[in-house]
Amino acid sequence: MALNMVFLGKLEDVAGCGAREVELAGTLDEAIDSLGPELAKALREPRVKLAVNGILLQDRDAPVLRDGDVIAFLPPVSGG
Amino acid sequence: MSAEPTRSDVRLLTQAFTPGEEVDRFTRAHPAAGGIVSFLGQVREGGGVEALELQHYEPLTLPAMEDLAAQVRGRWPLDGLLILHRSGEMAPADPIVLVAAAARHRRDAFAAADFAMDHLKSQSWFWKREKVDGTWRWIEPREEDFEDIARWDSAAAE
Repeated sequence: MALNMVFLGKLEDVAGCGAREVELAGTLDEAIDSLGPELAKALREPRVKLAVNGILLQDRDAPVLRDGDVIAFLPPVSGG
Repeated sequence: MSAEPTRSDVRLLTQAFTPGEEVDRFTRAHPAAGGIVSFLGQVREGGGVEALELQHYEPLTLPAMEDLAAQVRGRWPLDGLLILHRSGEMAPADPIVLVAAAARHRRDAFAAADFAMDHLKSQSWFWKREKVDGTWRWIEPREEDFEDIARWDSAAAE
């Protein structure tokens, strides 16, 4: 039972990797906390957007998490 | 006689492309268009930049580029629209982005290409970093890009 966390842009540097598997948690907050305080803080920055299984979340509404979900953390884009 | 508008050609490329060939092919595909406007963005040389890398997120980046193309087509009458964007590592002077719009009338083609570029620059799912003196550094969003895009909102409100 796991969640796949994906870190884009500079979040990849904070995480030290582009993706990490964490144990399935009851809430997104628990899942984020399980990544450690430094990364959790970076992921909670207001400008970081979230996508669950490739669908962009609106206003960080609390998603129901299921085994195998892919949660991507998207910092502000820097343009082409 | 009016030629049917073609589907937009929207591609996310992980390898280098040759802009001239792409524009030639696009132009040949739209003989009824009186005007073709193209814009090419390339990696800027100078400032000690050794390389530029664009990162994309597969589930979002190309679908959003396709949505943008549909938005442009809904806004201007075009015969065709081309949007190519690189991802991955590039060297100075490498092409990054190519937009071309084919229309009966040049103003539509200019406006469509301009709109597409402003939205690609500020709203597409790419993260950019550059290598200077062997060190990679992420690029933050530029204020100008948001200003560029805001002018289309005020144009719509007028």
